[in-house]
Amino acid sequence: MQQVCLIRTRHRAKGGLTVPDVRIVNVTKKFGDIVAVKNVSLHIYDKEYFSLLGPSGCGKTTLLRLIAGLIQPDEGEIYIGDRLVNDIPPEDRDIGFVFQTFALFPHMNAWNNVIYGPKVKGFDMKKADTIGHEVLDMVRLHERLDAFPNELSGGMIQRIAVARALAAGAKTLLLDEPLGQLDAKVRNELRYEIRRMSKDLGLTAIHVTHDQSEAMAISDRIAVMKKGKVLQVGTPKELYMNPQSIFVAHFIGESNFLEGYVVNENTNEVSIEFRGGIRVSVTNKTVKRDDRVVLAIRPEVFIIEKGRKKSKNSMLGSVERVTFEGTNIRYEVRLENQDLVVIVKPSLVGEWFNTGEKVTVSFSSEKTRVFAYPDVGLREEIAVE
Amino acid sequence: MAKPRITEALDKLSSKKPIKYGVYSTAVIIFFALILLPPILGIIIKWNTMQQVLIKPELMSRALTAVANSFTIALFVSTIDVIAGVPMAWLITRGKSKWLNVLDTLADIPFVVPTAALGYSLLLFWSEPEGISSLFGSSLISPGWLLVTLLHFTFSYPVVVRVIVGALLDYKMEYEQASRTLGAPPLAAARTVTFPIIKPSLIAAFILAFSRSISETGATIIVAGIIFENGPVFIQKITDDFKAVPPRIDQFSYQGSLAFASFVLIVISLIIFGIIRILGPKLKLPIKRIWPTFERKLSYSKATLSRDSVTLLIFFAIILAPSLFVALPAFEAIFTETLPNAILGVSIWSEYWQSLILSYSLGAIVTVFNVIIGLPMAIIVARRKAGTLTSTVLDLLVNVPLIVPSIALGVSLKFFWKETFTFIPEMLLLIFAHLAITYPYFVRSMSAAIERIGVDTEEAARTLGAKPLGVFRTIILPLTKYSILSGAIMVFTRSVSETGATLAVVTTLRTAPVVIVDWVKQKLPVPVTPLEIGLGCGFLILFSFIILLALRLIVRGKGRY
Ligand SMILES: Nc1ncnc2c1ncn2[C@@H]1O[C@H](COP(=O)(O)OP(=O)(O)O)[C@@H](O)[C@H]1O
Ligand SMILES: [Mg+2]
Repeated sequence: MQQVCLIRTRHRAKGGLTVPDVRIVNVTKKFGDIVAVKNVSLHIYDKEYFSLLGPSGCGKTTLLRLIAGLIQPDEGEIYIGDRLVNDIPPEDRDIGFVFQTFALFPHMNAWNNVIYGPKVKGFDMKKADTIGHEVLDMVRLHERLDAFPNELSGGMIQRIAVARALAAGAKTLLLDEPLGQLDAKVRNELRYEIRRMSKDLGLTAIHVTHDQSEAMAISDRIAVMKKGKVLQVGTPKELYMNPQSIFVAHFIGESNFLEGYVVNENTNEVSIEFRGGIRVSVTNKTVKRDDRVVLAIRPEVFIIEKGRKKSKNSMLGSVERVTFEGTNIRYEVRLENQDLVVIVKPSLVGEWFNTGEKVTVSFSSEKTRVFAYPDVGLREEIAVE
Repeated sequence: MAKPRITEALDKLSSKKPIKYGVYSTAVIIFFALILLPPILGIIIKWNTMQQVLIKPELMSRALTAVANSFTIALFVSTIDVIAGVPMAWLITRGKSKWLNVLDTLADIPFVVPTAALGYSLLLFWSEPEGISSLFGSSLISPGWLLVTLLHFTFSYPVVVRVIVGALLDYKMEYEQASRTLGAPPLAAARTVTFPIIKPSLIAAFILAFSRSISETGATIIVAGIIFENGPVFIQKITDDFKAVPPRIDQFSYQGSLAFASFVLIVISLIIFGIIRILGPKLKLPIKRIWPTFERKLSYSKATLSRDSVTLLIFFAIILAPSLFVALPAFEAIFTETLPNAILGVSIWSEYWQSLILSYSLGAIVTVFNVIIGLPMAIIVARRKAGTLTSTVLDLLVNVPLIVPSIALGVSLKFFWKETFTFIPEMLLLIFAHLAITYPYFVRSMSAAIERIGVDTEEAARTLGAKPLGVFRTIILPLTKYSILSGAIMVFTRSVSETGATLAVVTTLRTAPVVIVDWVKQKLPVPVTPLEIGLGCGFLILFSFIILLALRLIVRGKGRY
């Protein structure tokens, strides 16, 4: 079928994944006493699928609305393309926005919602019509176009909302928890679809979510936010393998945190003593002797063996709980010093352990990370509220 | 703390079906017996007297002209109200200045000033030598249709602004923001998204303004002059003619004119209300057409600045200044012997104070009755307790007294009660009339408040073991107490302001607005000076302000009325 594809041609612009498309420079936004966004700087590249990830209330929506121009920053600059957009109203910023609640116009049917953008921009009816059909093709929705929003299912509403944002023909797509209101099943299907469409059209997408698995699954890069600040930006792999803070280690994936003191310091290694005199040594160059530290170990990093084994970085304990999760088995092991660690093993590989069984757990030191003990305390540092 | 025995016993009783039905059906019966049927039956009783008018073409054409004037002014004023009220409500809800809170409060003032005082204030401002006319050497606007129109605009404008402000505050900003991100400039966003979504509130505002204009009597009599007549003025003049010694009109023509004018007023009101109800939802703002460049120009900089300036100018020059102008003579009176005379209750003042006490106690009684008989009705309407169809019909019927001109309602109420119960005390008649007029205000605001509480909240309480009355006491009442208060405020102000129905039903009892009208119209044997009228209005406004302020402090920040 040879049809001039209006939406596509509009978006086929310059290539390369290196040109910053959205630049946020030292942006701060306050609501009264609450600092919702605190001195944030970010570069989001052209055609990138970028996620803002963080617990609820950390300022993701606020940052997205600042980019859209729905609210104005107290400090800092925002660039879209090459333009400083601080003083440009939302309708001229060339962005599409999918709201968390979708905000489909309740007084218009699905079709009129979709072609609202082209119409309001003054396109002639024929062009608006073509664009409307194109985006509906893209979201794979063709039935019930004369239905009003209150008559549509959640998944359909979401598709219409995305179609509406695409139809406006913007180069940058902002999505505020676009999957948050859907059932788990629909959510998992639609997350890949959104990414596919954005990539197909060559859009720059900024996707807000509090669900780390969603962010990991679809993003080129992720910015992890906490209390208005961006803690770390990186690819899903970087964030998982190399978290720069206790919070990121906790929020992305899962981590065991063991508290202790540095008792010895060599060129590349430090010895850490936990409660109860357990000593381990790990690769690290940042902490010094007598520092209070937290050692972060991912659950799958542990090696678990029956009985008492003597090896480097090993600790004794007993299995307190076993949870069969399908693909994985999850063990909670109470160490000698009463600390509890979580260990995850593939269920069909290796031996299984039973509740009450005495075990030795060990780990190889290069797969762990050492952090200075946080001033606010460990519990507070990883709290998501 | 243990529940008192009596509450527990009542809670238990409330889950018994007969008791529940008893309470609800009593409320419905009272509504029909006291509020809805008497005005309808009153007209029917006097059906025959209408022939007296039909055989006198002169009288009939005079009555019809008056009624036509009523509707022309009401339709015109309500339209202008909505057109002028929208930018003001927009400014109040969307503006960024700190002064907007003050503006918000100021916008309520004409609502608080009892209309009779407002009428006198406008008369002074626009027509009398001491008002704005002093700048022009002659009366700027003499009493007549133009001043009546201005008056109706002044007192209905705050109501319209209040309703639209409420709608804009409730409205989800995300719709408008979505429209902006899709490329619509502010004006286009408002026109294609915001206003279509809040259209039901715009229609409600229109209906409220319309019904207030149709009903207003006291202030209209004050500013109507000697030639202009609308429905209420006509009825009042005929009554005056009949009461004059010797009467200038015979009893049959008098009763016939009243019945005829009231009948036509009521029927046309109902028809117009029905038309708005049916056509309103079909009315579409032109969302099809979009003018990108033109609307963009109008959305920014100079255009919005001049829109806001015009809005404020209209508000201060046409609404606020004329409404408060009566403060001048009232203030002047403080330094003359008028004030001590007034305080000591010398000559005309003794009647004034009595009327004030009557007005406020009447307001209080009517408010209490409304709460008692209105609450069960509000629950029936909100929760569809009487089945979907019956409840919807009740919902519609509750509105009827709202749209019936109050003087017409008063006239037929009087016919009805005097025929069926000859020796009915006048005070009771007065209470019935005010109850009928204020009832819809209370039930409507309460049922809206109850609808906002999710049924699931109630159901949760039931599953936790609460009896129906317990649910009401522990869930509905705490969640709606501010709405009850604001509903009560509305009932109270409406009752204190009401002149039309009062004039229609009583002969000896006189409420404060009636006294003010008589003073302005110089109907007393002794002449009343402008200073005295000014001070009379001043006290009325002052006390209303104090009562409202006190109530508002209680409601503060929680509910709007
Ligand atoms: N319009 C507003 N007025 C006042 N506070 C706000 C407003 N919007 C957001 N906040 C506050 O700013 C913080 C960040 O909110 P938000 O950006 O919505 O977080 P997130 O989207 O990450 O859940 C929260 O503490 C929230 O209460
Ligand atoms: Mg959010």
